[in-house]
Amino acid sequence: MAQVIGVPRETAAGEKRVATVPEAVEKLVKLGFRVMVEPGAGDAANFSDDAYRAAGAEVVADVWANADIVFKVRAPTRAEVALMRQGQTLISFLWPAQNPELMQQLAARKVTVLAIDALPRMLSRAQKMDALTSMAGVTGYRAVIEAAHHFGRFFAGQITAAGKIPPAKMFVAGAGVAGLSAIGTAVGLGAIVRANDTRAEVADQVASMGGEFVKVDYAEEGSGGGGYAKVMSEGFQKVQSEMYARQAREVDIIITTALIPGKPAPRLITAEMVRSMKPGSVIVDLAAEQGGNCELTEPGQAVVRHGVTIVGYTDLPSRLAKQSSTLYATNLFRLAEELCKTKDGVIHVNMDDDAIRGLTVIKEGRITWPPPPLKPAAAPPKPVAARPPAPKHGEPSGPASARTTAIVFLAAAALFWFIGAHAPAAFLGHFTVFVLACFVGYMVIWNVTPALHTPLMSVTNAISSIIAVGALVQVAPPINDSLQRPAPWIIGLAVVSIALVAINMFGGFAVTQRMLQMFRK
Amino acid sequence: MMSATLLTASYLGAAILFILSLGGLSSPESSRRGNLYGMTGMAIAVLATVLGPQVTKAGYPWIIGAMAVGACIGLYAARFVKMTQMPELVALMHSLVGLAAVLIGYANYVDPAATGHLQGAEKTIHELEIYAGILIGAITFSGSIIAFGKLSARISGKPMLLPARHWINLAGLLAVIWCGGWFIQTPAIDAGLRPLAIMTVIALLFGVHMVMAIGGADMPVVVSMLNSYSGWAAAATGFMLSNDLLIVTGALVGSSGAILSYIMCRAMNRNFISVIAGGFGTAGGAAPGAGGAQPAGEVTAISAPDTAALLREAKNVIVVPGYGMAVAQAQHTVYEITRLLREKGVQVRFGIHPVAGRMPGHMNVLLAEAKVPYDIVMEMDEINADFPDTDVAMVIGANDIVNPAAQEDPASPIAGMPVLEVWKAKTSIVMKRSMASGYAGVDNPLFYKDNNRMLFGDAKKMLDEVLAALKR
Repeated sequence: MAQVIGVPRETAAGEKRVATVPEAVEKLVKLGFRVMVEPGAGDAANFSDDAYRAAGAEVVADVWANADIVFKVRAPTRAEVALMRQGQTLISFLWPAQNPELMQQLAARKVTVLAIDALPRMLSRAQKMDALTSMAGVTGYRAVIEAAHHFGRFFAGQITAAGKIPPAKMFVAGAGVAGLSAIGTAVGLGAIVRANDTRAEVADQVASMGGEFVKVDYAEEGSGGGGYAKVMSEGFQKVQSEMYARQAREVDIIITTALIPGKPAPRLITAEMVRSMKPGSVIVDLAAEQGGNCELTEPGQAVVRHGVTIVGYTDLPSRLAKQSSTLYATNLFRLAEELCKTKDGVIHVNMDDDAIRGLTVIKEGRITWPPPPLKPAAAPPKPVAARPPAPKHGEPSGPASARTTAIVFLAAAALFWFIGAHAPAAFLGHFTVFVLACFVGYMVIWNVTPALHTPLMSVTNAISSIIAVGALVQVAPPINDSLQRPAPWIIGLAVVSIALVAINMFGGFAVTQRMLQMFRK
Repeated sequence: MMSATLLTASYLGAAILFILSLGGLSSPESSRRGNLYGMTGMAIAVLATVLGPQVTKAGYPWIIGAMAVGACIGLYAARFVKMTQMPELVALMHSLVGLAAVLIGYANYVDPAATGHLQGAEKTIHELEIYAGILIGAITFSGSIIAFGKLSARISGKPMLLPARHWINLAGLLAVIWCGGWFIQTPAIDAGLRPLAIMTVIALLFGVHMVMAIGGADMPVVVSMLNSYSGWAAAATGFMLSNDLLIVTGALVGSSGAILSYIMCRAMNRNFISVIAGGFGTAGGAAPGAGGAQPAGEVTAISAPDTAALLREAKNVIVVPGYGMAVAQAQHTVYEITRLLREKGVQVRFGIHPVAGRMPGHMNVLLAEAKVPYDIVMEMDEINADFPDTDVAMVIGANDIVNPAAQEDPASPIAGMPVLEVWKAKTSIVMKRSMASGYAGVDNPLFYKDNNRMLFGDAKKMLDEVLAALKR
C-alpha cells in the first residue's frame, strides 16, 4: 500500500517557500508515493494548485490527517504538532539543538522526525540531500542582489561617453557556501571581490570563484572539523579586526556570513568600522539571525546607520521562493529515494545507514539526537609516509648526503687506483673514453622528453648496430699469409652478424623516422 | 683506401653525430633532424670502416651481400610494423644486437689475427673483454627473445617463478665466474672454446629465466633494461676490438637504457633490483587484501550514450590511456572523439603515466599515430594538478596507474607509486572489460568512488558507441 506524502502550506509569517514542487512531485509519484498538497501551498512560490495536479498530486485540505509522511520547510508550530498522529513521519528543518521543547512535543506524539539540517554533511553520499547547502547558495546569491538593490551604483566598471565608472568593491567575510555563492554572483556582475575566512584551505575556492583571498597575517588554523569554523584566539582576532577595518575603509559593499556552529555570530564589523565606510555603502549581514556579524545589524530589517545601509534580512531564501523551493524539493526527493530504495512507495528508516541515522532525530517517539559520532570509516586518508618527492624529470636531484657522497668517491677512487695500477696503457685509454661517454650519455638522455621515449629506444637500438663495425673488420682483415686462420668460420660468423645487425640498423632508423613523422602539433 | 688517421677522424665525427642524434630527441621538433644525424653518423662509420685499412677488397662482396639482405628485412619490418607492436619490434631488435655481439666475440676469439700478438696482462684483459662481451650479448639475446614472446603474447605475461630462483641465479653467476677463470687460464684456443660455450649456455638460460620471472606491467623496465644491455654489449665489443667508436656508442646506448629503466622504476615506486628479481607482490610485498584495506561500496555503471552526454557537457576533459587502449587498438577512435569534442569547444588533453603501456613512451607513439597533436598530450607531472578543474576524466584500459590506494593506503602493495589523480575530477569514467584487478593484483578503490562511473566492455567497441552517440 503506497504511503502518502503530504505537503502542507507553510504557516510561518513571510515564509514563501514550499516543500515540494510539481517537478519533484512527478518523481515522487514514480517512486510509488501518493502526494497530497494543501490548496495554495505553492502560491507564494508561483506554483499553482493546477500545476501540482498536472504533475500527479492530489490537492486536498486536510493534508495532516491523510499523510503518512509530511514534507515541510520550517519546523512545525505547536498547532501543527497537535495535528500529528502516531506513526507519522515528518521531514523538515528542525534545529534540534535550538528547539529542545519542540523535540519533546514531537516525541510525545510518537512520530518519527528527520531533521534535514541534521544531515551528516561530511558524507559525500549525503551531498545530494544537503538542503543547508542549497539554501546557503540561494542566500549568497540573494545577498548580492539585495546589496545591488541598496547600492547606488553599477557593479561593473565602465568607460562611457559620460565618463569613467569605477567598479564596485566588495568584501565577503566568511567563504562558506553562502560566501562563495555571493562571490560568484558579484564577480558575475562585474564587481571586484575580496574575501576572507579563518579556514586557510578555502583560499583556492575563493580564487576559483573569481575572488581574491585576503589573508590574516597570523598563524592559526581555523578549521573546527567537519568543514566548519571555530572560535579563534584573541591575538588572531586582533589582527583580523585590523584587516577588517582596513577593508571597511576601502570597499563599497560588505557581505558577512561568519557563523560558528552553536555559538552567537562573531562580531566582525564594529560601529567604528561602519562609520569609516563611504556614504552609500551597503552591508548585508547573513548572520543576522544569530545576532549578526555587524554591531549595528537589526535582524529582519534594512536600516541606514552613518549613511551605510545595513541589511539584516533573515528570510533571504524565502525571498527567492521559486528557486529555493525547487532546490529544497530536489533535496527532499533525493532523501525519499534513499528512504525508499525498493521504489514501492513505502519508506524504511534504516538506522544502520550513516546518513539516515544522522538525519533521524526522533524515531517512533524516541529521541535519537544527537547521533553517535560517525564511524572512523570516513577518517581522512593518511598521507602515505612522507617521503621526499622524487626529482621531476630533467630537474637536478638534490645533493646527496655527505656520507653517501664520500662513500661513492672512495669506492670510485679505489677502483680507479686498481685499474691504473694493473691495467695496460691501451686499456686505460679506452677506459677513459668509456667513462666519459657514459657521462655524456647521462647528460644527454636526461634532456629527452618522456613523450619521445619510444623513439629514443628505437633510435638507440639502431645506433647500437654500430657493433657492425666489429663484424666488418673481421671479414677480410689485411693479414700476412703465414698466419693459420680458420677463415671460413670467421667469415661465416661475421657475415651472419653483419646481416643481423643490418636488419637492426636499417629497420631501427626507418621505424624511428616513421614514428617521428607522426608527432605533430 | 683511407688512412688510419682519417678513419679515426671519421669515427670521431660519427660519435659526435650520435650524441647530437640523442640530443635532438629533447623535443618533437628537433627529433626528426636528430634521427637524420644518427643515420648520417652510422653511414659515415660503416663506410669509413669498409673503406679503411682494416678491410681488404676481398671482403666487399660478403659485406655488401650481408648488408643488402639485412637492409631488406629491416626496412620491410619497419614499413609494416603496427605501432601497437613497437615494443615487440624493439625487443626483437635488441636480441639481434645481442646475438651479433656473441657471434663477433666468438669470431674474434678464434681469429689469431686479432689475438695472436697479445701477451701477458694485455692478453688476459683481452680475453676478459671477449668473455664479458659474449656474456652480455647472450643474456641480451635470450632475454630479448623472451621479452618479445611475452610482448607479442606468444608467452604468457604472468611471471613464471621457479622455486629457489634466487639460488638458481646465484649458482649461475658462480658458474660463470668459475668458467671465466678456467677460460683465462686455458692458453689454447680449441680448449678455451669449451668454458666459453658452457658460459654462453648458462648466460642464455639466465636471460630466459630473468625475463620469464618478470610480469607484464614490468615490461617497460625490462625493455629499457635490455636496451641498456645491448649498449653494454656493443661497448664490451669495442673494448675487445680496441675500437673507441664502439665504446662511445655502446656507452651512450647503455646509459640511455639505464636511465630509462631508472625512470620507469621510479614511476612505479619500485627499485630496480626488485623488478629484476621478479615476481611483483610475492616476495616481501604484502599480499593484497591482507594488509591493504579492501575498498567497499558499489560501482556505478554508465552507458555509452550517457558517457557521450557527459563529455558533450564538459568543459575540460582529460583522457588517461593505458595498455587496454593499445590492446583494443582504440587510439583512432579516441582521436575521432577528441577531434569532435575540440570542435565543440571542449578542452581535451591526455595524461600519460610514465609506465602506461608496455614500453616507455608507448602511449605517446600510439596517440601520435592516431594524429593526436602532441601539445595536448601531457606528462603526469604536468597534468596532475589540473584534475580538480576537470569535468570528466576518461580512463581507457588503465588500472594501477590511476589507483588512489597508492596514495591513501600505506599498506597497499603499490603504496607510494605516483599515480594520475583522476578521482579528483568531477566525474571519472573508467573503461574496462570487467572488474578484474590490474596487473599488481590490487583492487582499485577508484571504482567505488561516488564520482566514478564504469563503462564496461571492449574499449574499441564502447568508444565507437560513444563516438556514434556524440555525432548524433
